[in-house]
Amino acid sequence: MRPPTEVLFFGTCLIDLLFPQAGLSAMRLLREAGVRVIYPRGQTCCGQPAWNSGYREEARRVALTQLDALAGDRPVVVPSGSCAGMLRVHYPSLFAGTADEARAKALAGRVYELTEFLVRVLDWHPKDLGPPLRVAVHHSCSARRELGIADAAAALLRRLDQVEAVEPDHGSECCGFGGTFAIKQPELSAAMAGDKAEAIRSTGAQVLVSQDCGCLMNLGGTLARQGGGPRVRHIAELLWERTHAE
Amino acid sequence: MPSELRLRVESGLGNGRVRVNIRRAMDHLVHKRAAAFPDAEEREGLRAQGEAIRAEALARLPELLETLERTCTGNGMRVHWAETAAEANRIALDILRAKGARTLIKGKSMVSEEMGLNAFLAAEGIEAVETDLGELILQLGGERPSHIIAPAIHKDRYEVAELFGRCFPELPYREDIEGLTAAARAVMRERFRAATAGLSGVNFAVAETGTLCLVENEGNGRLCTSAPDVHIAVMGIEKVIARLDQLPPLLTLLTRSATGQPVTTYVNLISGPRRAGERDGPSEVHLILLDNGRSRVYADPELRDTLRCIRCGACMNHCPIYARLGGHAYGTVYPGPIGSILEPQLQGLDRQGELAEASTLCGACAEACPVKIPIPKLLNRLRWEAVRPDPDAPTLAPGSRRRALPALGWWLWAWVYASPGRYRAISTLAGRLRWLAPRRLGAWTRSRTAPVPAPRPLSRLVEAEGFERE
Repeated sequence: MRPPTEVLFFGTCLIDLLFPQAGLSAMRLLREAGVRVIYPRGQTCCGQPAWNSGYREEARRVALTQLDALAGDRPVVVPSGSCAGMLRVHYPSLFAGTADEARAKALAGRVYELTEFLVRVLDWHPKDLGPPLRVAVHHSCSARRELGIADAAAALLRRLDQVEAVEPDHGSECCGFGGTFAIKQPELSAAMAGDKAEAIRSTGAQVLVSQDCGCLMNLGGTLARQGGGPRVRHIAELLWERTHAE
Repeated sequence: MPSELRLRVESGLGNGRVRVNIRRAMDHLVHKRAAAFPDAEEREGLRAQGEAIRAEALARLPELLETLERTCTGNGMRVHWAETAAEANRIALDILRAKGARTLIKGKSMVSEEMGLNAFLAAEGIEAVETDLGELILQLGGERPSHIIAPAIHKDRYEVAELFGRCFPELPYREDIEGLTAAARAVMRERFRAATAGLSGVNFAVAETGTLCLVENEGNGRLCTSAPDVHIAVMGIEKVIARLDQLPPLLTLLTRSATGQPVTTYVNLISGPRRAGERDGPSEVHLILLDNGRSRVYADPELRDTLRCIRCGACMNHCPIYARLGGHAYGTVYPGPIGSILEPQLQGLDRQGELAEASTLCGACAEACPVKIPIPKLLNRLRWEAVRPDPDAPTLAPGSRRRALPALGWWLWAWVYASPGRYRAISTLAGRLRWLAPRRLGAWTRSRTAPVPAPRPLSRLVEAEGFERE
């Protein structure tokens, strides 16, 4: 099968508002890998916050906007395991029994998380131009368990010759973000993030990467509040930096 | 105002000794389970088999329960149906009264915890004696189980040594595990010898043959079910399976998932009272089948998956929240992920609905579950039931957690995010006003810095970079 030449890019609301450099790096990587990247104007948010809070009607209204924005038959690439999981795994449930069920299922079949697309579809091999670097990697729970694609991000890091990727202790454990969980159960969330931040520090890594900006916002915020610790980057940013080092 | 759950969470997180004990024990159990399933393909095959067996049993539940009643009765047992915990307690009391029993020796049973049997019997002048080592420790200390298979897992051996020293001053003080178990054994032997009635739970009940299966590691279960003159078995109605040949896959799934054991030290298959010519065993075996809200769970085809549970505790062992709190903070009989889907259904969303929110939906529980209960999916369903404006589901008290302010908040959220124009206007404005972004964001910034909007959102940057927009 020939790899697709054109993709729609779903930037996610979190990246749009708070971490646009992560989205931009992802789009540049795709373009360099030879893919025409199109940014649909009509996109907003996948609807996951409302879906996970039990507000299904509200989630559906917002998700409908994405069904329109991402219509067609081109692959949709998402720089987030969590949002990709919403589009791929949960849209069919969200729209089950409605007039848009078929559209939701069709979209679900075209959705790829960024690293998954780079590795499994494009088989992209980055050329590492940077100095030796120790990187701690935190796979989001959606990437690891919901989508089962943590191996893709791990493979990309392995393909960087000068990068040593390490997983912190209790690596498969959740960072404690969980969307509105962080607000509804702040003590638990803080305890989980605190333990994760400690484990990340113990790796001695200079940079922390993840496929998901939700985890990075949680862990980056915790590390920053404590002071010191590794720099925090979306994996797309690291990949762009490494392949375009001065 | 923090909820009761959050207050319990705070005190749970604050108890350093419990936190260390639980984390260490959970790590140990997680590693034991992983080692017990060295072959992922075999594990996944078994899990699919376990799921199918339990799903079949639930699909045929009314029929299988009738068959079970018939076969058990044919085997000489007496079968009792209890709609509520109070009914089950009354039935047990009547059996004990008829025998003139003053004490009841108990094997480990979570259903008896659900019934609140010990307290009920105490008020009626009958002493219930826990014989499982963990349960004995809790009974001596006046505590409730914190884990469904390892009830005293939150305690270390020094705490147990101190407790035994206080409760059994006549025994030599020991801090080693061998010495502590020997002490418990010495105390228990006398109770077993004297008892006229014993109680146990049931791991699986086989409809085809009228067999009650009970697994355990201490032999106390066998003594409770064979030494006294009467044996009372209590089980939730969902524990029935169709055929005897379905037992081996479930047993290996149960023990490997729970403790990483290939098999437990004791596997009891109980098929009736002592027969003529037999030299031991009880003269009466009673089976109490407890509903206590399970029929309501059963009535919903999606929520019914909750009842597939075989009570191995693997979801607890793998849960990052359970590992930090232990079971007591949940405030329910069944803690951890399975408790967070079961208890709101048994007790009502108005009373226990918050448990469904105390999860990041990380999926570690579902990944470990031997019968593949989709716990995150059911948590999501219960969150919906709790706030839905048009409740009609059979869960108890649907819609009871809906509040005007959050509902308005989500309506506004949808009003913005369902419209690309409104959304773009607001995200652009947020970037322009980023210098106004608050440095403190409630609970978020107690342990983290606040995120700040970027000067220009991605939707603006892509244009400058020459990407096409459609």
